[in-house]
Amino acid sequence: MQPKIFRSLLLFAAVTLLASCGGGESNVSSGDREGILHYGNGSEPQGLDPHVVTGVPENHILRALFEGLAVKNPYTLEPEPGVAQSWDISDDGRVITFHINPEARWSNGDPMSAEDYVWSWQRLLSPVLGSEYSYMLYPVKNAQAFNKGEITDFSEVGVKALDKLTLQVTLDERTPYFLQLMDHYSTFAVHRATLEKFGKATDRYTPWTRVENIVNNGAFNLKTWQLNRRIELEKSDTYWDRDKVRLNGIVYYPTENIVSEERMFRVGQLHYTQSVPLGKIPVYQEMPDSPYVQAPYLGTYYYLLNTTTPPTDNLKVRQALSMAVDRDKLNRTVLKGTNLSAYSITPPDTLGYYPPKLFSFDPEQARQLLAEAGYPDGEGWPGLELTYNTSEDHRKIAVALQQMWKDVLNIEVTLTNQEWKVYLDSITQMNFEIARRGWIGDYVDPNNFLDLFLTGGGNNNTGFASPEYDDLVLRKAPQATTKEERFRIFYEAETLLMEQMPIIPIYTYTSKHLIQPSVKGLPSNLMDSVNMKYVWLEADEQASEAED
Amino acid sequence: MWRFISLRLLQAIPVILVVITVTFFLVRIAPGGPFDSEKPVTREVKAALEAQYKLDLPLFQQYTSYLGDLAHGNLGPSFKYPGRSVNELIAAGFPVTAELGLYALLVALCIGGLAGVIAALKPNTAQDYIPMSLAMIGICMPSFLLGPLLVLVFGIYLDWLPVSGWGDIPGDKILPSITLGAGYAAYIARLGRAGMLEVLSQDYIRTARAKGLPQWQVVLKHSLRGGLIPVVAFLGPAFAGLIAGSFVVETIFQIPGLGRFYVQAAFNRDYTMILGTTVFLSVLIVLFNLLSDVLAAWMNPRLRAQFGSH
Amino acid sequence: MTTQTINDIDQAEQGTSLWKDAWRRLRKNHLAVFGLILLVLFIVIALLTPWIAPYSYQAQDLELGASPPSAAHWLGTDIFGRDLLTQIMYGGRISLAVGFVATAVALLIGVTWGAIAGYVGGRADAVMMRLVDILYALPFMIFIVLLTVVFGRNMLLLFLAIGAVEWLTMARIMRGQVQSLRQQEFVEAAISLGLSPTTLIRRHLVPNALGPIIVYTTLTIPNVMLLEAFLSFLGLGIQPPQTSWGLLISYGAESMEEFPWLLIFPGLALTLTLFSLNFLGDGLRDALDVRGAKD
Repeated sequence: MQPKIFRSLLLFAAVTLLASCGGGESNVSSGDREGILHYGNGSEPQGLDPHVVTGVPENHILRALFEGLAVKNPYTLEPEPGVAQSWDISDDGRVITFHINPEARWSNGDPMSAEDYVWSWQRLLSPVLGSEYSYMLYPVKNAQAFNKGEITDFSEVGVKALDKLTLQVTLDERTPYFLQLMDHYSTFAVHRATLEKFGKATDRYTPWTRVENIVNNGAFNLKTWQLNRRIELEKSDTYWDRDKVRLNGIVYYPTENIVSEERMFRVGQLHYTQSVPLGKIPVYQEMPDSPYVQAPYLGTYYYLLNTTTPPTDNLKVRQALSMAVDRDKLNRTVLKGTNLSAYSITPPDTLGYYPPKLFSFDPEQARQLLAEAGYPDGEGWPGLELTYNTSEDHRKIAVALQQMWKDVLNIEVTLTNQEWKVYLDSITQMNFEIARRGWIGDYVDPNNFLDLFLTGGGNNNTGFASPEYDDLVLRKAPQATTKEERFRIFYEAETLLMEQMPIIPIYTYTSKHLIQPSVKGLPSNLMDSVNMKYVWLEADEQASEAED
Repeated sequence: MWRFISLRLLQAIPVILVVITVTFFLVRIAPGGPFDSEKPVTREVKAALEAQYKLDLPLFQQYTSYLGDLAHGNLGPSFKYPGRSVNELIAAGFPVTAELGLYALLVALCIGGLAGVIAALKPNTAQDYIPMSLAMIGICMPSFLLGPLLVLVFGIYLDWLPVSGWGDIPGDKILPSITLGAGYAAYIARLGRAGMLEVLSQDYIRTARAKGLPQWQVVLKHSLRGGLIPVVAFLGPAFAGLIAGSFVVETIFQIPGLGRFYVQAAFNRDYTMILGTTVFLSVLIVLFNLLSDVLAAWMNPRLRAQFGSH
Repeated sequence: MTTQTINDIDQAEQGTSLWKDAWRRLRKNHLAVFGLILLVLFIVIALLTPWIAPYSYQAQDLELGASPPSAAHWLGTDIFGRDLLTQIMYGGRISLAVGFVATAVALLIGVTWGAIAGYVGGRADAVMMRLVDILYALPFMIFIVLLTVVFGRNMLLLFLAIGAVEWLTMARIMRGQVQSLRQQEFVEAAISLGLSPTTLIRRHLVPNALGPIIVYTTLTIPNVMLLEAFLSFLGLGIQPPQTSWGLLISYGAESMEEFPWLLIFPGLALTLTLFSLNFLGDGLRDALDVRGAKD
């Protein structure tokens, strides 16, 4: 009896496994024909409620499903009409009036109104909802007070629907980057009736975003959502600018493993990868008509120095450590030339702003400084621990720097890798000596980087505290009337920061993708921002023939 | 026999209760909470989030209310995936992982069992060394290595099989099943060989051989059952291990299974999800260990007699 | 109870001629002897590494980077331009230590636990084996993360953590063996002769169950070496620039297409160890099998 059962099980398995393997058309060639983009999205999104979720993969899908009042043009990053067809800004820059496009529709056909925004922003700012990105609206008058529960009457907040199609927003002070925030998913409008059908406005976990329930307002609608497998979007026929949309659909894949993602790309399962394994980059770079696309990205990779504990409480030690790092060599060798050496926190050319460069790789001076700090040629060095979260790339950089410090300064630095949440805990508790950190900008403005180091700020984590710096960033910069003046103040603040060297800047990020040649209208930009409305697929006839 | 099974099922209740209790408090002691992220939230937001998920209640009250929900089969909402319940996530992931695990186990049994039996028939000859060496390659090749290697050879260079997915493209189940099964094949081959050798040296087999029974009959009728007992004892924990261990394979091949949820829940400190998957897995482990004990008893003539007499 | 049983096993080793006979038989098994020699060689190399390694294991040559095997670097260099042979030699120190010590921990706990549960049976068996079930079910990762946070990084902890998971299956296998042996005539005869349980366990049950245990042990060692890499990933294991075979293999796996030698050589070291262990294990098993030897 027993062998019989076993045999039939075997047969069953063999049949299911072998069911006509091989052959079949690749996603890319079928997608090119049908106008379906196959997109490697990094990981499964937490969810699709724009006021609740956070993260990059979520951002990609949300920006295709929803649209903000103003949208960043993918070529220039300048704001262009979204749900609002135009806007007026008062002379003092404090009042912005959005004129909503009368053609703007929800995916169920309902027209969009100014009231949608008032309701949605109230939801975002409700303390009970606990939205992690509620601070995006803090430039709005009284928004912070409402979010912190200091006031409870939402009519005191500077958002008003003047009529059905006119939304007036009052800011605390001139905020040059406010229009950019309208393209951040946290400020998107959600459909009130739909949300209320499934629960209270402030519930985080209702099923309103499911395929059968969701009502959205973007260029694409949700078609299928298979957990950890794929999310499919199809072109919306209610979107106001639908004639401009050229893709018929998008399939998002949760490609957690970047090595697997690269292989999916290689066999034509993906049009676009979220990232590229470091080791593969030189190979792709050498290819003719390389699908590898690299561009500067608004982010900085740096090490935090704990300025409250020895030996890094000594400025000279901090400077010595920073000057002993040969960033160009690191970049050329370990990082395969994929990033740009950084000497300050703000990435260069942030809307035309260039940060100060106060030092460079200088082994002589580094040794000199270390000697002045009391450790000539590493004598009496108490040891130092470098903490980083487990990741192959972080490890490579840490190992290289460990040896640079050893070679230049003759000091021992030990490495400690920690699991992600343990690492976050160490950072926030400042339970470290040196720690890896990275910051990706939410909007293109030096302010987004410089406000990290405000005294006691949640992302400061170094113990750096300077009233003069706080004053420059918080008070003087917003009062500036011209861009030049504002940038001059930022430059002054950043100089103050880097003179104290609470961080060791290492490199400015670049975005790295593999993109099939048939993908058009997907330009690189500083925000790595993709607007699916502009994307189309156009198979090169010769290439597709060669493939067959 | 039934008495034995029902007794064991009864014993499972305290086992699972202990697992829940230990896990419940363990995850809360672990550093980092479900709402810690790279861009830290303000104290107010964190408090609001904790209130949403009732994490602001006293710990013991959370514990009892969890047990209460559990009694109704409700594993709670996931913290990481707002809008999804743990029940839903497990229901989505488990069938995939179970299928993967089953195929992997079949692969392991076929390769390993066959190699083990063949090797045991002529120990210390080429007929022993060659199949055993082949089977053992699986153990030197952890799945994080074997998976990419198979993909490279069969998915990319030869272009015979899909490099990822599960049930999307025909044939995409083959490589993951082999990858996951290979490691276990070595165990089964080794344990099977040892078990067979043990049995083949027993007096009753000698008698059978002395009677001039053909080799295959000796193997199939008389030795296989006894010889595979160590293998069967290993299968229970192996299946549980397959599910927990499928994480790596699921990640390499982009398979939407429970293994990914289970490991990610731990990384994300998604308390309810960790608890939910742990409870679910512990039920499975208890069941499979029981199953493998019952099978081992059934295959062992003496123990079987003992069960019969109860 | 535990320590007592361990002592008993020690005594059994000295006291009986079983082991002497076994050694005599083992020497005749060429493959087993080969395995033994190779293992001893690896251990000797590991012990002598600080004196005989061709390069410093820390010194980097970033400009050189990953280079294939050459006259200067017999096994090539890694992405930091470090000599791979040196890395493997140093890695072997860690891997062999972790492999043997952690497996020994697992073996000791598992065999003792399983033998007692299988022999005593009844309620004690039920309680002991349900405890094993509980440990199987607990989320191992959370447990490891907690260990690192509470105790910090520590080699001893690494051994314990690995031993603590690996003994479970060992206990199940041992229990199954003992339970089936208990029913056999010779054991029943021994019981009726009035042999004390401890004597019975160490004289008859443990030696007779050795086959599967030896086999499982030889498989556990390479497994443990790879598990160490995972624990290092969680922050419990060793830290760069220290290295181990498991870590070298996992780094090598990432770049198997570009720099295959970074995968092949550490993989070869692990595979050779595994094969020698298994040849030795088989030899031992056959040598200890009294009945099989009479053929």
